[in-house]
Amino acid sequence: MKPVIEVENLVKKFGNFVANDSLTFSVFPGEIFGFLGANGAGKTTTIKILCGLSAPTSGKVSVAGYDVYRHSELIKKNIGYMSQKFSLYEDLSITENFQFYGGIYGLSRNEIRERTKALLNRLDFLKAQNEVLRNIPQGWKQKLAFSVAVMHQPKVVFLDEPTGGVDPITRRQFWELIYEQANNGTTIFVTTHYMDEAEYCGRVSIMVDGKIEALDSPEKLKNQFAVNSMNDVFVKLARAAK
Amino acid sequence: MAVSANALSKFYQDKKALDSLSFEIEKGSLFGFIGPDGAGKTSLFRILNSLLIPDGGTASILGFDTVKDYKQIRRIIGYMPGRFSLYQDLTVEENLKFFAGIFKTTIKENYHLIEDIYRHIEPFKNRKAGKLSGGMKQKLALSCALIHKPEVLILDEPTTGVDAVSRGEFWEMLQKLKTQNITILVSTPYMDEASLCDEVALMQEGKIMQRATPKRIIEAFDETLWSVQSDKMFELLSHLSSFPEIRLVYRSGDHICFIPRKQSVEEKNLLAYLENLGHQSVKLKQIKPTIEDSFIYQMQTQN
Repeated sequence: MKPVIEVENLVKKFGNFVANDSLTFSVFPGEIFGFLGANGAGKTTTIKILCGLSAPTSGKVSVAGYDVYRHSELIKKNIGYMSQKFSLYEDLSITENFQFYGGIYGLSRNEIRERTKALLNRLDFLKAQNEVLRNIPQGWKQKLAFSVAVMHQPKVVFLDEPTGGVDPITRRQFWELIYEQANNGTTIFVTTHYMDEAEYCGRVSIMVDGKIEALDSPEKLKNQFAVNSMNDVFVKLARAAK
Repeated sequence: MAVSANALSKFYQDKKALDSLSFEIEKGSLFGFIGPDGAGKTSLFRILNSLLIPDGGTASILGFDTVKDYKQIRRIIGYMPGRFSLYQDLTVEENLKFFAGIFKTTIKENYHLIEDIYRHIEPFKNRKAGKLSGGMKQKLALSCALIHKPEVLILDEPTTGVDAVSRGEFWEMLQKLKTQNITILVSTPYMDEASLCDEVALMQEGKIMQRATPKRIIEAFDETLWSVQSDKMFELLSHLSSFPEIRLVYRSGDHICFIPRKQSVEEKNLLAYLENLGHQSVKLKQIKPTIEDSFIYQMQTQN
C-alpha cells in the first residue's frame, strides 16, 4: 500500500533552534496515527508543514500524493483539519455551517445537500439542524467540527487535540466517529494529551525535543518499554527531555 | 470554613449555568471540581473570586462576602484563569515582578512559596512569556498567582492542553503547597486528577452530582465492572452493546468496559456469543472502577 503521508529527514529550523530534527515516518490509508509529544516538542510545527501552511527547511514531505514544496495548495484541498479551537461560525446554524464549508471546498449544491443530510442523520442532529451554534452544547460542536472537516471527503484529516475539555462520554462518542471514518478509508492523524486515547490509535509516534523517539503500535510500545499503559510509555520518554 | 456557597445560581440569558449550588470547603483542603466544559466550573470560580455577581444565593471566602467584601477577597485569593492571561510581551521575570508589585510585595519576600515551581522556569527568566511552551506558561501563571501569599488559591483548569508529564509535575506542586496551609480549589476535565484531591465535587449542568473523597466515590460505585479485549476491538463495542445482559458499555484505553444489568454476567454465554461473531483471543475479567467509570455511570443513569 502506498503511504498517504511520507516524511523523510524532515528538518525545520527557526534561526538556530531545531524544531523538527530529521523526522522520518509514513502513514497509510485508513490508519489512525497518534502523533504524541510533550508541550513544546515540535508537534504543531510538523502539523503545519504537513498541512501545507509552512515550508520545511529540508527533507522530503508528501501528503495525499502531493509534494509540500510544489503543491501546497493541492494538499489543502485534499486534507481536513480540526483543532480544539473551533473554526465554526457561532452565528450560523448547524446546516449553514455545513453549507458554508462545503462551498469553500468547492462541492456542488447537490453534493452539499446530500452530504449535509447524511451527516445530520449520522450525528442525530436532524431536529437541531436550524439551531445556531451558540445555543448547542460544546460536545455537539466538537462532533460537528469533525464532520465539517471530513465533509469534502479528504484523504487525510488532521485532528489537533480534538477532545480537550470534553466530558468522558462525548469523548468516546467522538472516537466512534473517528473509527467509522477510518474504516471508510480516511487516514486520521491525531494529537492528544489523553493517554487512554493513545491506546485507540493503530500506531503512535512520540516526539521528544524535536525528534521522534518511538513509533509503533501501542501494544508493541508497551512491550518495548515493559510498562502497562501508554501513559507510562509517554512519561518514560518525555521525562528524559531536556 | 475557607469557602462556602449558599444556593448559588447564575443565568446567561435563559441558560442556567449554576443551579442553586450549596457547599462548604474546609481550610487547608485540596478540593477538586470535576466536570466537562459547560458544567459551570468557570462561572462558579468567577463568582468566588468576585469577578462575577451571582443571580441568586451568596458565597463567601474566609467569611468575606464575594459581593460586598470584594476588595478583601481580592487580597486573600490567588487566581489562575483557564486562559493564559499573563503579559505575553513581558519576560518571565517581569511578569512575576509586576504581580508582586500590585500586591505590594516583592519576589524575595515570598520566594520560598514559589521556589519549587519557579526554579523550573528561572533559567528562562529573560524569555518573553508568549514564547514559553504550554507547561512553562502554566508554571509561570501559578507562580504569579502565588507571589502575594494568598490564603485561598483558585485554579481554573490549570492542566487543560498540558502534556501528561507536566500535568504530573503540576499536581506534585499542588500537594506541596497544601503543606503551607493554603486552601486550593482546582477544576479539571481530567478524571484521573480527581484521585489526587482530598475531596471532589462531580459537576454537570450547573449542579453537583456527587461530593465525596475520591476513595468514597469509588466505594459508592455499587455495580460490577468488566473489561473485555479481543482481536477486533472496533467491532467489539457494538457487539457487546447488543448483548442483552449488558446495561452500559464504553471504550477505555486498550479495553472495553461494561456494566451488566444484574450484578453479574454469565461468562460462558458471553464468550460463546463473541466467539460466534468471530472474535478471537477474547480476554474477559472483572476490574476495579476508577473515578471516570463512576462519572460515566452517573451521567448515563441520571439522564
